[in-house]
Amino acid sequence: MSTTTMAKALNDGLRAAMERDPKVLIMGEDVGRLGGVFRITDGLQKDFGEQRVLDTPLSESGIIGAAIGLAVRGFRPVCEIQFDGFVFPGFDQIVSQLAKLRYRTQGAVPVPVVVRIPFGGGIGAVEHHSESPESLFAHVAGLKVVACATPADAHWMIQQAIACDDPVIFFEPKRRYWEKGTVDPDLGAAPPLHSARVVRPGSTLTIATYGPMVKTCLEAATAAAEDGQDLEVIDLRTLSPLDLGPVAESVRRTGRLVVVSEAPSESSITSEVAARIQQECFFSLEAPVLRVTGFDTPYPPSRLEDDYLPDLDRVLDAVDRSLAW
Amino acid sequence: MEEPQAWVPGDPRSRPSRDQVVAGLKGVDEGGVELVQLLTPEGERVHHEHFDRYTADVTLDDLKSLYRDLVLVRRADREGNSLQRHGELGIWVPLLGQEAAQVGSGRALRPSDMCFPSYREHGVAWTRGVDPTELLGIFRGTDHGSWDFAARRFHPYTIVIGNQCLNAAGYAMGQRFESKVGDRETGEATICYFGDGATSQGDVHEGFVWAAAYDAPLVFFCQNNQWAISVPLERQTRVPLYQRARGYGFPGVRVDGNDVLACLAVTRWALDECRTGNGPVLIEAFTYRMDSHTTSDDATRYRLADEVELWKLKDPIERVRVHLARRHGVEQEFFEAVDAEANELGERLRAFCRAMPQPGPERMFSEVYADASPQVDAQRAEYLAYHASFAGEEEQA
Repeated sequence: MSTTTMAKALNDGLRAAMERDPKVLIMGEDVGRLGGVFRITDGLQKDFGEQRVLDTPLSESGIIGAAIGLAVRGFRPVCEIQFDGFVFPGFDQIVSQLAKLRYRTQGAVPVPVVVRIPFGGGIGAVEHHSESPESLFAHVAGLKVVACATPADAHWMIQQAIACDDPVIFFEPKRRYWEKGTVDPDLGAAPPLHSARVVRPGSTLTIATYGPMVKTCLEAATAAAEDGQDLEVIDLRTLSPLDLGPVAESVRRTGRLVVVSEAPSESSITSEVAARIQQECFFSLEAPVLRVTGFDTPYPPSRLEDDYLPDLDRVLDAVDRSLAW
Repeated sequence: MEEPQAWVPGDPRSRPSRDQVVAGLKGVDEGGVELVQLLTPEGERVHHEHFDRYTADVTLDDLKSLYRDLVLVRRADREGNSLQRHGELGIWVPLLGQEAAQVGSGRALRPSDMCFPSYREHGVAWTRGVDPTELLGIFRGTDHGSWDFAARRFHPYTIVIGNQCLNAAGYAMGQRFESKVGDRETGEATICYFGDGATSQGDVHEGFVWAAAYDAPLVFFCQNNQWAISVPLERQTRVPLYQRARGYGFPGVRVDGNDVLACLAVTRWALDECRTGNGPVLIEAFTYRMDSHTTSDDATRYRLADEVELWKLKDPIERVRVHLARRHGVEQEFFEAVDAEANELGERLRAFCRAMPQPGPERMFSEVYADASPQVDAQRAEYLAYHASFAGEEEQA
């Protein structure tokens, strides 16, 4: 058991995957000599060479499109997109080719590509650097979409994603990169990639969330405990396919659900969780499923992001509204 | 006609007239002075200082075999068109007129080379050993392609314009990473097909950049068939397409796309360049789409009959037939035998198409993911049970 940052946990995970399988490549803008804009790939090019850690042309469609070709050739590319809002030039390749080649060829042409995307706000960045586009990818059949929230998950989930024969869109909460946590060196202790996890058991109300909001929701649960409320917090971890089993099981006990994400609310992961839980747990619910999300606006100028991003108070407000029902 | 304006290239104050643009792009009817041609539309063998050597080993039997390929590919294409007109296919993408570009370039490939087609490459598919019946499912709606992709080294058809140029660049990068480049005999190469319209897509530009940046052994084979559905070439570019390669730092060649021998020679040269580490290369096959873009299109709405008539005179099959008959004394029996084989192929395609089974609903849910997906698995189980609940109703009705 070691204590480390999420950035280092990801770096170690990538290194372990590269050591395990010589077909694993890392590719993206600045991932080599610089080590990535967030230094997630720091030192990897030095140790694995320019042919396994590729500083690519500035070309997102190129990164994804070439990764697909490399995967067809038998490689397992891990692509880095520098920021969430920059993935859209590569969106066509992701949606049109990456997601569909396996289906189109009935399994004959698998494309085990991982696309790493640092996502979400809270770092005071300029436009296009703070978005949460995960719902756009979760809507596309053929892709698997996951989001890590802790160093331990970051470490193991990236290795599990690379080992997965499906294309995986891997969201990393960039404002949590430098927060520390413990990492168990035993893979057997890590949950499977596509599984939700109860990160704080409770009995009063269920909060389902993922990525950067897991920490916020845990803080809200700690604050609520001082008022005698025992909140259960579930980290979804996998956004497509959603692992709703633990959420449904929890809601059947608590009767109440608040879903939290910093992405806009319309047609989102939170919409999906809310819709399916009301369908599966209708007779268990004591209150409507409530959501706490970013607003249905473009991400605002950074001086306004404290208003845009759900915080502890907005989560607790929703908890109070649910309990008051 | 408007007077040509004084146009100074690079001077933003002057602009070329439409006629100047068109003249610059289309050169002359034959494709401009730099067009590589080894067999004229009249069937005369002409010699080329550089590219002759790449057909030095082509025997009379090889020529007859190329002719056979052209005829059979055209017959398969025409059958596809007819099957669509009879309601057996939802759509067909004709290649009429582009047989030489596809057969010539395809026959230059070795089994170990990789090929990334667009969606009109039925002739290239033929040269890769893909039976034309294996193309039908795409257009009948029973599958998205059913050939053995790995064994044929013929990637699935790509329908989004230009996507495959980047996929091909990645694959060719992999060939280089695996040290399959550097030897003329054992080296591997990749070829990527796209049309003139695709050259306006960002992915084609990015494919050029990536292939150049990584010295990828990749031949970009652009079939300039003059039209992107209804939009003419001059709406895509202000310079001849092959000249664009220079801007990316690799050679570009314009070949007579209706000349199977020239296409064979130029593609062999380009593949050799790639195998030995001098790739990438751009080939512009100057040709013409004699039919509509697809069976859903109506080319008579946007192009003149005269233009089509002009290109009929440059037919890719006729010139080989004339050449074989006049220069090599090939007897009529050979041509009749090929025609008979073509008719058999047509009949085989027709029978196969009509007998293609309707896929079961389980096909819809298969191979979406390598790992299980609870969502898809649940939908499959639910829908198949729902579907099964109707069993027996048809017999009762």
